[in-house]
Amino acid sequence: MLEIKNLHARIAEDGTEILRGVNLTVKAGEVAAIMGPNGSGKSTLSYVLAGREDYEVTEGDILFNGGSILEMDPAERAAAGLFLAFQYPMEIPGVATMEFLKVAINAQRKARGQEELKIPELMKRVREAAQSLEMDMGMLKRPLNVGFSGGEKKRAEILQMKLLEPRLCVLDETDSGLDIDALKVVADGVNALRSPDRAIVVITHYQRLLNYIVPDSVHVLYKGRVAKSGEKDLALELEKNGYAGLVGEAA
Amino acid sequence: MPAVQETIEQVRKIDVDQYKYGFETLIESDKAPKGLNEDIIRLISAKKGEPEWMLEWRLNAYRRWLTMDEPTWARVSYPKIDFQDIHYYAAPKSQSGPKSLDEVDPELLRTYEKLGIPLKEQEILAGVRTAGEPSTVDGAGEGDNIYQSGRVAVDAVFDSVSVVTTFKKELAKAGVIFCSISEAIREHPELVRKYLGSVVPPTDNFYATLNSAVFTDGSFVFVPRGVRCPMELSTYFRINEKNTGQFERTLIIAEEGAYVSYLEGCTAPQRDENQLHAAVVELIALDDAEIKYSTVQNWYPGDTEGRGGIYNFVTKRGDCRGRNSKISWTQVETGSAITWKYPSCLLRGDNSRGEFYSIAVSNGHQQIDSGTKMIHLGKNTSSRIISKGISAGKSNNTYRGQVSAHRKATNARNFTQCDSLLIGNECGAHTVPYIEAKNATAKFEHEATTSKISEDQLFYVMQRGIPEEEAIALIVNGFVKDVIQELPMEFAVEAQKLIGISLEGSVG
Repeated sequence: MLEIKNLHARIAEDGTEILRGVNLTVKAGEVAAIMGPNGSGKSTLSYVLAGREDYEVTEGDILFNGGSILEMDPAERAAAGLFLAFQYPMEIPGVATMEFLKVAINAQRKARGQEELKIPELMKRVREAAQSLEMDMGMLKRPLNVGFSGGEKKRAEILQMKLLEPRLCVLDETDSGLDIDALKVVADGVNALRSPDRAIVVITHYQRLLNYIVPDSVHVLYKGRVAKSGEKDLALELEKNGYAGLVGEAA
Repeated sequence: MPAVQETIEQVRKIDVDQYKYGFETLIESDKAPKGLNEDIIRLISAKKGEPEWMLEWRLNAYRRWLTMDEPTWARVSYPKIDFQDIHYYAAPKSQSGPKSLDEVDPELLRTYEKLGIPLKEQEILAGVRTAGEPSTVDGAGEGDNIYQSGRVAVDAVFDSVSVVTTFKKELAKAGVIFCSISEAIREHPELVRKYLGSVVPPTDNFYATLNSAVFTDGSFVFVPRGVRCPMELSTYFRINEKNTGQFERTLIIAEEGAYVSYLEGCTAPQRDENQLHAAVVELIALDDAEIKYSTVQNWYPGDTEGRGGIYNFVTKRGDCRGRNSKISWTQVETGSAITWKYPSCLLRGDNSRGEFYSIAVSNGHQQIDSGTKMIHLGKNTSSRIISKGISAGKSNNTYRGQVSAHRKATNARNFTQCDSLLIGNECGAHTVPYIEAKNATAKFEHEATTSKISEDQLFYVMQRGIPEEEAIALIVNGFVKDVIQELPMEFAVEAQKLIGISLEGSVG
C-alpha cells in the first residue's frame, strides 16, 4: 500500500537535509512501527508523507496504492486516504469540532465523487465514534482543540481518523503527553481500525505504546535512513539496549 | 459554514472580468452635464420636485463645502478626485450596461445563482435593466407573480422575509413609513425637516457636506411610538425601484419604545457606474427605542492591479437621543477599492447603549480605514465594539476607533475588542484607537490582537482533506464568528459565503 523509495528530503527554507534515502514498504493490513532517537527524521517523514510544503523532496518517490503522490497537495493526499494524527494538533478558534468534522468529511466525500453526508447520519456516526473513545458530546461543540487537554486533543485526532476512514493512518508520537488510561483508550481506538485493507504507521519514541498497539514490523530510523528493520521483538530489544547499542551494531 | 469549494471555483476569475461591463458610460440625454455648481443643485432639486427649503438646505451645504478641504488623515492613498469630472445627476433609469443577460459574464451569473438570486433580480444587479423595466428574460419565473411586477424583493433569496405585496400593506398597518427619501421630502416634509441633518449636520465633514448638497436618493424609515417594526427592512426592496446612485442619503427614526432592524446592501457583487460613493446615514433613537442597522458591502474592489474600484466614503452616525435607547451597527465590508467609514453612536440619553460589530476583509490592493466612534454623553451609557479585520494580498486594513466620555457622563462603560488576521506577507493591519475619558468614573477596556493564519494551521486543516481556499475560509469564518452571530440570520449564511469568496486567490 505504501512504498517509500530512496526518499531524500530537505527543509525548503535552508536546505538542511533530513531524510537521506528512506526505504520502507508497508502492506495493506500491516501495522508498522517507526522508532528512532530525537532528530532521526521521524516527524519529518510523517510531514513529507502528508505533503507539507516546508519540505522539498530532492530524490526518490512515495507510492501510495501504486501511484506517486509527490505532486499532490495535502488535501488531495487526504482525500486519497492518507491520514496523519498530529503530535501537536492545531487549535482552530471559532470552528466547532462538530462543524470541522462535517466540513472535512464532506470535502473528502466530494473529492471522491460521493454525496454529502446528511446531518442525521453524520450525527449518528460522530456520536458512535465519540462514545467508543469515551469522549463527551459536549466537547464537540467547543472550537476544535481550543483549550483541550493533551489527552483530549489526541482523542480528537483519533476521532477524526475513525470518521474519515483512511486507507493509511500515520500516527506521529500519539503517545506523547498521554497518561496510561488515555493511552489505552487511544490504543483501543487505533486497534479497532486495524483491517485487512488498511495500513497503519505508528511513529513513536518509546516502546510503551507498542504494548498496546502491537506492530507487525518495526523499523528504526537513524540519521534519515532506515537503519534496521525487524519484527515486534526489535522494539523490546531497543528498549533494553537503547539506540546506541543498535547504532553500534549498524555501524 | 465555509464557502463551498464549488462556489470558489465558480467565481475564480470574477474580480476582473465580472465588471468589464460596469464602467461603460454612454452619455444619455437625461443626465446633467459634468461638474458641480449651484445650477446643478437647482436642477437636482427641481427634478425631484423638492420644496424651497430643501433647495436652500442643499445650497447652504454646497456653499459650505466650497470652503472645506478633503480629509487626508486616513491611512488610504488614491489619486486626487476631480469633483468637476462627475455627473451629479442622472435619471434613475439611465442605461449604459449590457442589454441582456447574454452579454453578462457567465461567471458572474453563476455567482448569483450560487448565492440564490433569482434570474430577474440578477438582471438588476448586473445592470441589464433597472427595476420597473420589463425583463428580458422570457418566461423566467413565469407563473410566479412576485417576479412579474419587476418588484421582486429578497423573498426568493431570503425566505423568511415577507413577500413584497403584503409587505407595504403590513407596514402601513403598523404605522411604519418606509419609502425613498425623495418621496419622504414630498410626503412627510415635517418629519424630514425635523430630523434631516440633526445627527450628521450639513457641515459635518467634507464628504457628508458634499452629500448634503447633491444627495440623489436613499431610504427613509419612520417607526412611530411603541411600534415594533413587523419585519426586517431591507434596501434589497429598493433595488427594484431605482438605482439610488452614488450619493445616498438614509434617515431612520425610531420613536419612543419603537424597534426596527434595517439591512443594507447585498452580498452579490454589484455593478456600479460611479466610482465615488459618499453616503450619509442618520439614525435617531428616542426613549427606549432600538435600531439595529446591518450592512453588507460588496462593491467593485478594482482589478488585480488595483485599478478602478469604488471609493466608499461614508458617514454613518446614530443618535441615542432618548433614555434607554440602543443603536447597534453591524457591518461586513468586503468590497470597494477604498473604504472610509466609521459608523458611530452618540450616547446622549441616560442608560443608552451603542454597539459596533465589524468584519472588514481586504484583499488585492484594497484599502480599508474603518472603525467607529462611541461618544458617551449621558449617564450610565455603555458601548461595545467588536472589530475583526482580515487582510490578504497587498491590502491595508486599519481599524480607527474613538471612545470618549464627556465630563457629565458618569459611569460610562466601553469594551473594545479589536482583532486582526493577516494572510500572506504583503498585507498590513493597523489599529488606531483614540480613548478619552473626562469623567473619572468611566471604565474603558481595550483589547487588541494581531495574528496570522499559520502554515501549521493551514497544513492541519488541509490534511483533513479540506482544499486550501476552503481551509482559509473555514479558519477566517472561525475568526469572525463573534460578529457573524450579530447579523440577522438571513445575512449570516450569505456573509460567510461572501467572506470565503472575497479571500479567493489570497494565497498561492
